[in-house]
Amino acid sequence: MTQQPIVDARAIHKHFGALHVLKGVDLKVAERELVFVIGPSGSGKSTLLRCLNRLEEPSSGSIVVDGIDMLDARTDINHARQRIGMVFQSFNLYPHMTALGNVTLALRKVAGKSRVEADRLGQAALERVGLADRAGHTPGQLSGGQQQRVAIARSIALEPRVMLFDEPTSALDPELVGSVLEVMRSLRESGMTMIVVSHEMGFARNAADRVVFMDDGLIVEQGPPAAIFENPTHERTRAFIGQIQRH
Amino acid sequence: MTNFERFLDTFFNGKVMLKYLPDILSGMVVTIELAVLIVLSGLAAGLSLALIRSLAIRPLNWLIIFIVDLFRSLPPLVIIVLMYFGLPYAEVSPSGFVSTWLSLAFVLMAFSEEIFWAGITSVHKGQWEAARSTGLSFGQTLMNVVLPQALRLTIPPLTNRTIAITKGTALGTVVAVTEILGEASSAVSNSYNPSPLMMGAAAYLVLFLPVVVLARRLETKFAWKK
Repeated sequence: MTQQPIVDARAIHKHFGALHVLKGVDLKVAERELVFVIGPSGSGKSTLLRCLNRLEEPSSGSIVVDGIDMLDARTDINHARQRIGMVFQSFNLYPHMTALGNVTLALRKVAGKSRVEADRLGQAALERVGLADRAGHTPGQLSGGQQQRVAIARSIALEPRVMLFDEPTSALDPELVGSVLEVMRSLRESGMTMIVVSHEMGFARNAADRVVFMDDGLIVEQGPPAAIFENPTHERTRAFIGQIQRH
Repeated sequence: MTNFERFLDTFFNGKVMLKYLPDILSGMVVTIELAVLIVLSGLAAGLSLALIRSLAIRPLNWLIIFIVDLFRSLPPLVIIVLMYFGLPYAEVSPSGFVSTWLSLAFVLMAFSEEIFWAGITSVHKGQWEAARSTGLSFGQTLMNVVLPQALRLTIPPLTNRTIAITKGTALGTVVAVTEILGEASSAVSNSYNPSPLMMGAAAYLVLFLPVVVLARRLETKFAWKK
């Protein structure tokens, strides 16, 4: 990597009480790169993702995102988080607001846009996820796939430099997964840097630049999708890939 | 006189009722004043305590829990009596009206704090995380995302509790507050006839029935539509 990585996490440790969840993880992500993080449940991949925007406080290590030292006490974390979008497994849309309301809240309260300007940007973000005509719907009136796309719009409206996806399709019915992956693919084509924790291997295979395999709080191996899926070097990787491909 | 006529003459005596109607009406005004003050200050204080509690400052939370549990366990009558007859020894002499207001406001504060707090904690953690991940501060998340959802959940228990405590204004009669029951019972002793008590009961119905009906409509309106 010649250019400065946009995400540079070093020696990340995370303890939950006696539980040692991350045991010294290093992860560098280049601009416009799509990194897929896979691994068995409990391997620490979601925790790693949540450490990157400090939803989880790492026990030690350093994290620099887009030049901002995320763990520095002087860093305005709310300001820094605008540059890091996050999409959750359970969507977490605000049920008391419309789709547009969900998308515009942070635009108004954090980015300081006027209501008119926020509505315009919010509508544009909904357009990008193909839901311009659902702006006035509340989450309860939308399908799971639509809710997740609104959640993506809520993040991209803030024009983040990096997007984190924490199992974005795991809670969806199979027939709704495609629409979310399609939005993610178009995001990727627009040059968004993305870190994705997911088991959508088909998507990983043809969209990811790099696949990172984690097990037991450590990165076991990483490389281009073809290499990881066809020729894993570690026994643990081989076992995991074999297991998920049997499905 | 038949039995029924005697009954009417005793409990619904027109002459007595007419004579004491102005007293009952002025009692209603006092009750309304008390009720409005108790509801406004009690709920405001309860919500404030719940918000402070969400900051999770441990010693402060212990204090809040202690105060809340204290006022939830003491009978309101005891608090009123202590305040009216006890505080003068500390060189503070609140009137009966103020004693009743503050006592019931404290009780409503305590119960509503617990209800508001339960509402805040019942909002899913993912809501906090989603909001914080977009850069909203703790306070912005609380006010824009969590509280609107929490308040919806609290409306049914809150209206019930508010009505129950507001009816406690009748306890003010013990410390000479001239609210409905106070006026009615002094009219009973002056007229040697219980008719004013019937008027008092009617006055409570006139005041609280609309509130109960309104509360029911609020509950339906804010019922969670998923």
